[in-house]
Amino acid sequence: MDNPADGRILHPMTKDTDILIVGGGLNGPALALALARNGLHVAVIDALDEQLRRDDAFDGRAYALALASQRLLAAVGVWDGLAGHAQPILDIKVSDGHAGAGPSPFFLHFDHAEIEEGPMGFMVEDRFLRRALLDAMDATPGIVRIGARSVVAQSAGPEGATVTLDDGTTLSGRLLAGCDGRASGTARRAGIRRTGWEYGQTGLVCAIEHDRSHHGIAHQFFMPAGPLAILPLPGRRCSIVWSERTATARGIEALDDAAYLEVLRPRFGDFLGDLRLAGKRWSYPLNLTLADSLVAERVALVGDAAHGMHPIAGQGLNAGLRDVAALAETLIDAARRGEDIGALPVLERYQQWRRFDIATLALATDTFNRLFSNDNPLLRLGRDLGLGLVGSVPALRRGFIREAAGLTGDLPKLMQGRPL
Amino acid sequence: MQAPQSTVDPAEIAKFEAMAAEWWDPHGKFKPLHMLNPCRLDYIAAQIAGQFDRDLSAPSPFAGLRLLDIGCGGGLLCEPMARLGAEVVGADAAEGNLHVARIHAEQSGLTIDYRHTTAEALAEAGERFDAVLNMEVIEHVADPAAYLAACRRLLKPGGLHICSTINRNPKSFATAIVGAELVMRWLPRGTHDWSKFITPDELYALLREAGLQPVDRKGFVFNPLSWQWRLSDRDLSVNYVTASTAPAA
Repeated sequence: MDNPADGRILHPMTKDTDILIVGGGLNGPALALALARNGLHVAVIDALDEQLRRDDAFDGRAYALALASQRLLAAVGVWDGLAGHAQPILDIKVSDGHAGAGPSPFFLHFDHAEIEEGPMGFMVEDRFLRRALLDAMDATPGIVRIGARSVVAQSAGPEGATVTLDDGTTLSGRLLAGCDGRASGTARRAGIRRTGWEYGQTGLVCAIEHDRSHHGIAHQFFMPAGPLAILPLPGRRCSIVWSERTATARGIEALDDAAYLEVLRPRFGDFLGDLRLAGKRWSYPLNLTLADSLVAERVALVGDAAHGMHPIAGQGLNAGLRDVAALAETLIDAARRGEDIGALPVLERYQQWRRFDIATLALATDTFNRLFSNDNPLLRLGRDLGLGLVGSVPALRRGFIREAAGLTGDLPKLMQGRPL
Repeated sequence: MQAPQSTVDPAEIAKFEAMAAEWWDPHGKFKPLHMLNPCRLDYIAAQIAGQFDRDLSAPSPFAGLRLLDIGCGGGLLCEPMARLGAEVVGADAAEGNLHVARIHAEQSGLTIDYRHTTAEALAEAGERFDAVLNMEVIEHVADPAAYLAACRRLLKPGGLHICSTINRNPKSFATAIVGAELVMRWLPRGTHDWSKFITPDELYALLREAGLQPVDRKGFVFNPLSWQWRLSDRDLSVNYVTASTAPAA
């Protein structure tokens, strides 16, 4: 028999927040802002202390933000604090190079004037981006921040996700977002396996000061040992990302600053005049690591936690921010129609949106690297002709520019400059 | 008389928990409903927000609204409506569904009033709602006119009635019966009787006959490439949904 009174269940499960974000680097705060500005509550768990994140000295690290990424940062209230420190990338020149011989005559020139959206992107220093994200989080209601704490355990079930921190605190939410990098503990604890391989190359990163103006031009030289990117920073400074075979890189790392510059100079050429180091030198072993799935029960992976890729075209952060924009849009849409934002059908929409794009990008950067990090004369002739071909066909060239600006594919609203 | 929650046989609870998992498994036998759900919810949420002047980006936009879902099943519509702040009654003629729905609502931390009853019985008891959801039910009832009259009586003045069903034409026969039941096996064979399907014009006429004012209709269109449903203004050839209002007092 029917008894309506028995149908009422009066024990709602309480949650500390809607979304638990693990990782306080770049993608975690960007996701927190995108969600909190649209009415969801988030907790950001950062293994590092905020004061460390706010370290103000220039440490030599910088990012090439594609135009689409800049739009996302503008949409989540970060760009205002960053614009004064950003260098627009007006042109990109791509050439095949040989140490000491300078660029090949078949170089590609991408000029932002060929597309109507504006600069292809912006160079920003790591320190300014970190600070702008922290300041924006301070100014945004709905974000709880937990610094200097690591997650030691997590669990997921129909009622939600729970994490245990290293001080014994437990926090629960409807969804756990893993923004914790290529060694993601969130992914590991969720049982998500990874596939990947090493390139046998190491990325050397530094910033330099130079005598002549860079005119906002980014250069990419394809050297036999690996690509060299010269990216303009505000003033007469550039950020350098330089790949070498790992054995060679170890030798270069061990050099003092003066000897390091002596190795860099012939690769770089003299088009910017004399060079001096600005900030620290960094090195990163290059590898590709892809999570087998972007989602699990109550878990979504974002950025390097989902896809650590070759930084050949500076696409790591941009791909991560694209994850942020797609996940935020998926979750906000779900919340506004009353869905459980941590339920698998919702998370699978995010996965479906991002998966193909990520696999394509990983494969493209991988192939690109294998093709260009090579001194085979036939390949060399082929890529010179290829670069010449792309450069001589305007439609093809515009396609590359829009790709570099991050404006291709199924673009999330936040990257089109539209509100959620 | 149903036993109170705390003294229910644990084996029964386990059985219904397994059924709850099945109802709510996006890849299980209710996959077609899960695929359709975002599209249905977008329509329902937008229509309710429009009728009662609510902002979907605000917290608990449906607070203060009393809503009935007829044929609520495992609660795939009740839970989202409760999450949006509505006071929700879910009615279903199958008691097993209600156990499933109650267990899942409790897991989700939601308060929903699930009842083993019918639209007619609720109307008879004097229950009144701001909105009545009547989704994929009318094609299964014996007397659609009498059923819609009961739905009309359940609405407060100015209330909103949302009704979806399946069109009757060769394409809907091919899609809903041959495709969904026989080929894809999405739905149990015999789920639908094609002769009971109703065209949009017939439904509009039935709604008016019941004293409701039809205000909107849209198609639910499945894209087999993206495996997603979307709303369409023009294509009402298979699944479609209508919104109608009760006269203001």
